[in-house]
Order: sequence, then C-alpha cells, then structure tokens
Amino acid sequence: MKRRGEHGQDSKTARAAPRKAGPRQRGLENYVTHHLRALFASLGQLARAPLATLMTAAVIGIALALPAGFHALLASVQAVAAGWEGDMAQISLFLKPSIKDDQAAGLAKRLRGMREVADVRFISPQQALAEFEQSSGLRDALAYLNVNPLPAVLVVRPGEKYSTPAAARTLLRRLESMTEVDSAQLDLAWLERLHAIIGLAARGVWLLAMVLAVGVLLVVGNTIRLGIQNRRDEIIVTKLLGATDGFIRRPFVYGGMWYGLFGGLIALVVVNGLLLGLSGPTQQLAALYHSGFRLELLGGLASLIVLGVGAALGWLGAWLAVSRHLRDVEPV
Amino acid sequence: MIEFRKVGKRYPSGHAALTEVSFVLARGEMAFLTGHSGAGKSTLLKLIAFIERPSSGEVIVNERNLNRLERGHIPYHRRSLGMIFQDYRLLQDRTVFDNVALPLVIGGEYDQRETGRRVRAALDKVGLLGKEKYYPLELSGGEQQRVGIARAVVHKPVLLLADEPTGNLDPDLSQEIMALFEAFQRVGVTVLIASHDHDLIARMNHRVLTLQQGNLRNGTAEAPAS
Repeated sequence: MKRRGEHGQDSKTARAAPRKAGPRQRGLENYVTHHLRALFASLGQLARAPLATLMTAAVIGIALALPAGFHALLASVQAVAAGWEGDMAQISLFLKPSIKDDQAAGLAKRLRGMREVADVRFISPQQALAEFEQSSGLRDALAYLNVNPLPAVLVVRPGEKYSTPAAARTLLRRLESMTEVDSAQLDLAWLERLHAIIGLAARGVWLLAMVLAVGVLLVVGNTIRLGIQNRRDEIIVTKLLGATDGFIRRPFVYGGMWYGLFGGLIALVVVNGLLLGLSGPTQQLAALYHSGFRLELLGGLASLIVLGVGAALGWLGAWLAVSRHLRDVEPV
Repeated sequence: MIEFRKVGKRYPSGHAALTEVSFVLARGEMAFLTGHSGAGKSTLLKLIAFIERPSSGEVIVNERNLNRLERGHIPYHRRSLGMIFQDYRLLQDRTVFDNVALPLVIGGEYDQRETGRRVRAALDKVGLLGKEKYYPLELSGGEQQRVGIARAVVHKPVLLLADEPTGNLDPDLSQEIMALFEAFQRVGVTVLIASHDHDLIARMNHRVLTLQQGNLRNGTAEAPAS
C-alpha cells in the first residue's frame, strides 16, 4: 500500500521534471530530493512512536518555556518601567537669585527647544514658597522672613531616549554649566536601582536560558544516542553498502531538529497559556495600584525565536550525538 | 582486480588470521575461497571490503592500494563492491524493494523512476519480481538470500564478494544461486565466493583458493579433480 503511494509521487515528479536535465542539475535535484526525503522520513520515524516523541518534545518544551516565560514577564515589567522613567528622571535647575521671572521664562523656552528635553515646568520663587508653606506646615515661621529665600526653579523632564541614568547625567552636566543656573539636581538613585534590578533579572534569564539550552542539547543527544543504538544493525548495513557519515547522520540530525521544533511549539503553548492564566489576576492587582501594568503574550518575533532556537538546539544536539557515537558503530 | 601482496592479519588478541597471503584475481575471473572454518576466509573478504585493515603487506582492489585509503574514501570503495552475507543482513523493517534500492539511495545518483527501474531489473534477475512489497521475514531463506544478491548487484559493481552464500540453503537452491553468480561473471563481473561446500565447488569448474590456518595453500591451482 505504502509503495503504491510512493509510485504515485514518482510519476508526478517524473512529469514535472524536464525530460533532459544536465548531469549537474540532476545531481543537485537528487541531492535536494534526498535531503527532503530524509527530512520527511525522520518525521515519519517520530510519528511511528508518538508517545515517546511527545515525551521528549515535552521535556524540551518545558526547558524552553522557562526562559521564554521569564523573558515575557521581564518584557512586561520593562514596558511599565519605561513609563516610570520619564516621570522619575527629573532635573531641577535652581536659578541664580539675580534671574528675573521673564528671563527664567525665556530660558524655559530655550530649553523646550532642545531635543533632549520633553517638558519644562517653571516654578517661580513665590510659587515655590507657597508650595513649601503648604507641604511643610511652617506657614507661621515663614511669615517671619522678610525676603523669600527660595530661588526660581525649572523642572526639566528629559525626553524618552534621554531618561536613562547615563543620558540624564550628561544632560544634567550640560544644563548645570548654563550661566543662569546656580545648581542642578538629578535624583537618580531610584532610577538606577530599578535599572540594576531589571539588568540583574535580564542577566538571570540569560544564564537560565543557557543552562537550559545545555539541558536541551543533552536531552536530544541522549534520545538520538538511543536511536543510534536501536538502529545499530541498519547503520552497519548501510556502512557496508558504502554510506558516507553524512548520509547516516542525516536522518538523525533531522530527527533532532523535529524534536526541537515540536519542543518549541509546546513551549509556546505553555508560556502563552500561563500568561493568559495570570493576566486576569495581574490586571486586578495592577488596578489596585493604579498601574497600567499588563502581561503581554509572546509576540510574533519572540515566538519565531523560540521555534528557531528549539530547532537549532535539536539539530545541534543530534549532530553532536551522532558525530560522537557514529564511529563506534563499525561493521565487523 | 584483486591483488594480495604478502598480506598478514594479526588480531589484537595475538591470533594470526592470515600470514603472508599473496594472490592475484584477474578482472572478470570467478574463484572460490575455501578452507575450514577459522582458516581466514572471512578475514580475507573483510580485507577486500576494508572492514579490516591488514597488519602487514598490501591489498590492491580495482587498482587502488587500500593501505592508502583515507577514512573519507572508504564508502566510495565499498560502493564499487557487491557484498553477499551468509546471514543476508537485510533490513527487517523495510520491504524487499527498499532493501534492494538501498545501494542506489546511498549512491544518490538516480532519481526515483530510474531507481525503481533498476531495482525491478535486479529483482527480475533473481526471480523475485513479484515480491517487491514483501518484508524479508515473509520470505524463505533462499528468497532472502536472493534479495541479498539483488541488493549486491543492483548498482552494477565490478566485484562481487560472497561469504558462505549457500551456507543455509539446500543443495538445489545452492546450485541455483551458483548459476546466478556464473551469469554475473559472464557479463564481466569479478566474483569471489568464500565457501566450505566442497561438493558444490567440485561440481563447478572454477579456480579455487584454499586457505589453511591463515596460509594460502595454492594460489594458482585450478579446481581440484574430484
């Protein structure tokens, strides 16, 4: 039955192929045909043992899901943190006492024209005093002062690209050197801590991903090693008939690639499932904190990367295993 | 086609399988390799297929000195041979067709249509054309051996090596298979058959190489008179 199906395919390809192809072209066609055949034969091999294939793919899937899931969480946190950055990276410019309000307003206008600056808020000495009276509760004490000791202040909010600690610091130095400015202040401690935490988490995810990648290589390698043992006789016969190492390696390497690809698919299902499951409660919690935080599902590019990394690790693991064990299987 | 120059083979255990064996088998010749079991027949065939390497001396096959054969070239050397085994060495999970097609698939020279044509030609030669969809275990021993022969000749090798090809077969079948080998020789294939079936060898008029404890007794002798 099986054979008949292949014959059908045979006659189809024969019709599609040009009658007289050059030997080189025919060689290339055969090469591609053999690779395709090995690709699908290895898929068929896996399909014949669906449970074992599923188990191996699931192990790979879970190993891939962990770093992918953490990455998705981290991406969501980073998206929120980027929103905070703009609010937190504020530079307060304390102007010299000699600067009049209209000069300060002029400076504010100039600053707004700079591309690093998103927004400038002018606080006159009177406003500042009023604010201070309110927030400090020292109204009566302040009434004894006959001059307002507070300087005019320009609160500069850097643009999105200039909100990182390093960029904000550069902007601070520039603004500090302006003649109208007495001193400038940038409160970066919070921002730097946040960046340090995110950086640490990102590094952690990377290291975890690398450890788990080695795990995937070992899982695939071990599965392929067992496959080589099971097909020992077949390998010996093909070697006796003049098969090259590449020919023998091919189905195993493609098999490893399939394992990795299926593992990647399982990882996508697991990660998106977890994120969906968490999204409701997370939004409730975020709403209680008046935060716009929400969990994002893995995007198209991230999904492709998970699949690609899975397939590549499967391919590599199989290649390493076959290269390592093929020489042990020699005809005697 | 085959030249042995003072070939010795000593296994790591210290057992000397062959000592100073020299002979020449011309292109298109058919010869029997005989001797008691353990006399070194299999070792000699393995040296030709480069499954074993000689400890001393030189083996030249098809004008190629195997001492200078690199690992990467072993497969291409084996493709110029057709090998037949006493235990057939068929792949049990593949059909007769797929087993016979294997050397062509490995060689990668032909498309599916040409492969099918050649496989059916080889099966026709051994009289198994109707059994291409069977699995080896569904066939008798004689039929399996003929599948092995079809697989050994499907890619038109210049040299055919057979290790006890009739070891498991009854005399009638053995005779049939020997007739097949003679047919291949008639079209120019060099044939070397290891066998201890003296009756069969005696009935056929071919050169006989006799191994005795690793020595070639008479490298140029004709078939002994029965």
